[in-house]
Amino acid sequence: MVAERLPPVIVGAGPAGTRAAETLVHAGLRPIVIDEAPSNGGQIYRRQPSGFTRPGKALYGFEASRAAALFGAFDRLAGSIDHRPNTLVWSIRPGSIGAGLMHLVSSERANALPFDQVIFATGATDRVIPLPGWTLPGVFTLGGAQVALKYQGCAIGQRTAFVGTGPLLYLVAYQYAKAGAKVAAVLDTAPLSAKLRALPGLSANAQATARGLYYLFWLRSRGVPVQLGIHPLAIEGRDGVTAIAWRDPHGGSHATPCDAVAMGYGLRSETQLADLAEVPFAWDALHRQWLPTRDAAGRTPVAGIYLAGDGGGALGADAAELAGERVALALLQDRGAADNGRSHADRIAAINRRLDRYLRFRRGLERAFPFPAHLAGDLADETLLCRCEGITAGEVRRAVREFGAHEINRAKAFSRVGMGRCQGRMCGPAAAEIVAGALGVPIEQAGRLRAQAPVKPLPMAAVLDDAAASARHG
Amino acid sequence: MTSKPRGQFVRLAETGRRPITLTIDGVARTALAGDTLLTAILVNGRCVRRSEFGGDGAVAGAPRAGFCVMGACQDCWVSLDDGRRVRACTTFAENGMKVRTAHGG
Ligand SMILES: Cc1cc2nc3c(=O)[nH]c(=O)nc-3n(C[C@H](O)[C@H](O)[C@H](O)COP(=O)(O)OP(=O)(O)OC[C@H]3O[C@@H](n4cnc5c(N)ncnc54)[C@H](O)[C@@H]3O)c2cc1C
Ligand code: FES
Repeated sequence: MVAERLPPVIVGAGPAGTRAAETLVHAGLRPIVIDEAPSNGGQIYRRQPSGFTRPGKALYGFEASRAAALFGAFDRLAGSIDHRPNTLVWSIRPGSIGAGLMHLVSSERANALPFDQVIFATGATDRVIPLPGWTLPGVFTLGGAQVALKYQGCAIGQRTAFVGTGPLLYLVAYQYAKAGAKVAAVLDTAPLSAKLRALPGLSANAQATARGLYYLFWLRSRGVPVQLGIHPLAIEGRDGVTAIAWRDPHGGSHATPCDAVAMGYGLRSETQLADLAEVPFAWDALHRQWLPTRDAAGRTPVAGIYLAGDGGGALGADAAELAGERVALALLQDRGAADNGRSHADRIAAINRRLDRYLRFRRGLERAFPFPAHLAGDLADETLLCRCEGITAGEVRRAVREFGAHEINRAKAFSRVGMGRCQGRMCGPAAAEIVAGALGVPIEQAGRLRAQAPVKPLPMAAVLDDAAASARHG
Repeated sequence: MTSKPRGQFVRLAETGRRPITLTIDGVARTALAGDTLLTAILVNGRCVRRSEFGGDGAVAGAPRAGFCVMGACQDCWVSLDDGRRVRACTTFAENGMKVRTAHGG
């Protein structure tokens, strides 16, 4: 029965994708594992290029043994999976053959892959709130600052200021200081009171909480200024960053000299492929994002489409591993694949009990590092909101007030916000807050930016190649 | 302008890799094997591209130097002399590459 069908496809070779692949291989399948990155690992366990020599401990810190275990698991799958690195899934068309047709591009060559079961394990990227001066050279996302260090051995500047909120703020600042970079300051928008209130929830993952506190005290003990409850005002400079201006909780204004800024406010899930596959979305208050709907095992309402890991709400790497295994079990169940011993349903239930802890912890994190939605909603009219198309917050408000855009896709049509090359990955969360504010409605009534193919810009050669292939196939 | 301008990125580790030479806006620059184009450009300068649009009330042509470093923001596309347009943060620098940042040119 199994042999008759197309092999399952997994998009994303991070923690979720790796454990999903492992589970499918153990059940005797040979999944296709696609990732646009040159090697497996995903975001947190991003592997450095060949020729780099730092040991795992230097790259992944406390997470080094988990990274080693995950790499070991992936390496053991060699020969049992069809691994396609450097390959972007740029579009999905549901329903034409089996569950659908997936469009890939790899080294400028386009091709199409029919599938009947696919797991999206596409992860997350930084959630950003614009700030005057945020397009200056020297301003990067927090995740970007970490990639520069992990993947390239570089700091983003001589003196880096870290601004935003969330556990990554402290982690990346610590990693920078530890690697010998100068940290100008850590500026957290979340107040101390929020952190204290969050302690009960955070106790769901005492180890992660202890590590977070360790980073904080380590930084403080080395004289790095760590400020809580700040309000970022602007990044200053002409051709590059020279300072970051901010206000303390008592109203005092400060300018911290620096030549680089790393900014981020938690993560946002990469959901474009599920959208193109016509999976219905629902508002998720915890992640403050529209997320693809799925059942307790990761099945979406669209037959053959599954979801695992941070791509369905960011719960972290350990939860992503569990969700990857869980969704693979659901896929096997739906395929009617035989299970050895314990039933898939029992295993799924057991994993769900373990995942519950990560959900409680995530709620605790949200209390400790609340997303400062007001910073986005209150952006001054002249502040640049969209870096792709040069659109200001005021232009989006005008689209609502003067042109009557009653939700974000109309605002997009009138102002072009979210229409640029990043497809709203950078401006989307803030644009939604601005539209909601201008309409005077809760954020979930501001609508959802719809994804469009290609999910990322394609090299010209690939566009021509795809056109030629389509012409051949009719 | 042949003197080495101030770089944005600072190398902290992995400095023992093989040096490579590439041309950035007509000037020969040194990078290391395994550098992305973004790294190669930013250890040698502070600007990767000029925006087609203004920003914060500024005129069009404001400098940009990437943002996400992971292929998400698309704010680091550059031209190669062979006519290709590539995303600097996800493209490895190669010996002999000729890059245009639309900067200072
Ligand atoms: C920049 C960054 C840094 C982080 N650092 C840490 C950290 O230090 N510590 C920590 O605890 N957590 C960190 N996190 C969170 C952590 O990375 C995640 O919780 C974890 O990686 C989630 O695993 P995942 O398998 O769901 O997705 P990911 O690990 O994000 O993997 C998703 C994979 O899917 C691929 N992909 C996505 N879309 C496509 C497509 N269309 N076509 C082909 N491939 C695609 C991506 O290339 C990626 O490799 C970080 C997150 C980010 C974004
Ligand atoms: S820096 Fe964002 S895509 Fe390259």
